[in-house]
Amino acid sequence: MLTVLAAAALALSSSLLAQDRPQSLRGATPITGTTKVDQHQRGPDQGPIPRDYVQQPPLIPHKIDEYRIDLNFNKCMDCHAWSKAKEAGATKVSLTHFRDQASGAELANISPSRYFCNQCHVPQVEAKPLVGNSFKPVDALAQPGRK
Amino acid sequence: MAQDRHNKGLIGRLWTMLMRIGPWTALGLFAAGIVFWGGFNWTLELTNTETFCISCHEMQENVYKEYRDTVHYQNRTGVRATCPDCHVPKEWIFKIARKVQATNELWHHFMGTIDTPEKFRAKRGVLAQHEWARMKANDSRECRNCHAYGYMDYSKQARRANQAHPKGFDEGKTCIDCHKGVAHRLPPTEQNIGAPKKAAKLETR
Ligand code: HEC
Ligand code: HEC
Ligand code: HEC
Ligand code: HEC
Ligand code: HEC
Repeated sequence: MLTVLAAAALALSSSLLAQDRPQSLRGATPITGTTKVDQHQRGPDQGPIPRDYVQQPPLIPHKIDEYRIDLNFNKCMDCHAWSKAKEAGATKVSLTHFRDQASGAELANISPSRYFCNQCHVPQVEAKPLVGNSFKPVDALAQPGRK
Repeated sequence: MAQDRHNKGLIGRLWTMLMRIGPWTALGLFAAGIVFWGGFNWTLELTNTETFCISCHEMQENVYKEYRDTVHYQNRTGVRATCPDCHVPKEWIFKIARKVQATNELWHHFMGTIDTPEKFRAKRGVLAQHEWARMKANDSRECRNCHAYGYMDYSKQARRANQAHPKGFDEGKTCIDCHKGVAHRLPPTEQNIGAPKKAAKLETR
């Protein structure tokens, strides 16, 4: 009787555990298998996308496939660096990116803490939002004709 | 007599020569010529495949792995560019010239100049500069074997491409001026981000 109970408790707790455990993006597919490909089409490149709040990192309005950021070379800087932006027709990297976030000091170069642009700046796909939200931009950023 | 010989002309002289060595020998020589020529070109073609390029570990371990992440290896339509498509000229005369140069690379292979990832990394800047200089000098001929700017439909290109291309070509720029690192990772480059890099300031686009 006791062993049966223990087994049941074990089964219950392990099923609970399985639920608690964070799910990887691959879901339950083992590493040797292939997952279903998401059918997300990227929209065409566009001009700057309006921002929804003042401190928002602007969304990336163009494709970034194969734009590598590694120890040797940061592809984003190839167009967004202050020295390249004009010729590329791109927005200069924000002035705030020169500030050392720990000490607040202004640096001569862009802060290394901003090296991985994709931590904060992300491209967009044409997809239905997974969850709805009722966020509204402040009046100062409200765009006529935009929800 | 001397007058006579002069009058015979090239064909006549060739004929006399042929008669002297005998038609069978001549035919044999002709056949041997074809075999040698074919064999030469065949060997040349053998060394002109992706399999050959990555048969040495220098390439297999470094550039090939990186290239596999790029659009020229795998893409929507399955049309590919392999190592020789970008690195070996198509026209025979340029091809021979490049192959003669390549014997120097063989020397370095046996010397082990870049036989570890570390040595390769240290040498990468120099190697890349050589390829850039070569492509700059020939107006990116190997890229243009597949991509002809005369046939680019700007109305179908993405926004940034259709602004950069007409302007760039008008200014006499060539593909490699703007498209460095299409198939491989780039060597250390100073970009005014973080600590200064110990490397030459490479000009990309
Ligand atoms: C080939 C040049 C090029 C490269 C490389 C590039 N960008 Fe851009 N980017 C542009 C241009 C040009 C624009 C302006 C949009 C337009 O008008 O087409 C832009 C716009 C942006 C914007 C929007 C700015 C705003 O004011 O709203 C962000 C954010 C951005 N890029 C981030 C990135 C990141 C991150 C990377 C690297 C993963 C990157 N870009 C690589 C050219 C480039
Ligand atoms: C830690 C998050 C973070 C990282 C990393 C980061 N950014 Fe930003 N970026 C922001 C935020 C937040 C803003 C908007 C507010 C501001 O200007 O600081 C911004 C603004 C910008 C803008 C718009 C500037 C303007 O004048 O409107 C550009 C362009 C940009 N970033 C490019 C880059 C590039 C290129 C990189 C990588 C080298 C990068 N950012 C890395 C957070 C980040
Ligand atoms: C053997 C033919 C071939 C050669 C040689 C070649 N390419 Fe390509 N390239 C292609 C094909 C095919 C595609 C398109 C792949 C696709 O998206 O279907 C492509 C795509 C591209 C793209 C678009 C990448 C993207 O993300 O959409 C660029 C940029 C490019 N090539 C530059 C170059 C440059 C620069 C060279 C010379 C160093 C070169 N190519 C040599 C066949 C070639
Ligand atoms: C003046 C700079 C410049 C020159 C010269 C140049 N390109 Fe581009 N090219 C760009 C930019 C900027 C883009 C858009 C950014 C990106 O795709 O990363 C682009 C995009 C492309 C694309 C993708 C087009 C698309 O719609 O997605 C191809 C293919 C390409 N270039 C091929 C070439 C070839 C081949 C040559 C030489 C005949 C060449 N480019 C010369 C700047 C240039
Ligand atoms: C789409 C054209 C293209 C293809 C395909 C390609 N390369 Fe390259 N390769 C280049 C260009 C351009 C450079 C000059 C450096 C740069 O811009 O990345 C280069 C540079 C190199 C270098 C010098 C070191 C370096 O990284 O700069 C080596 C070695 C090399 N390629 C080997 C190969 C091998 C091996 C293959 C096949 C697995 C290959 N390449 C396929 C275009 C190509």
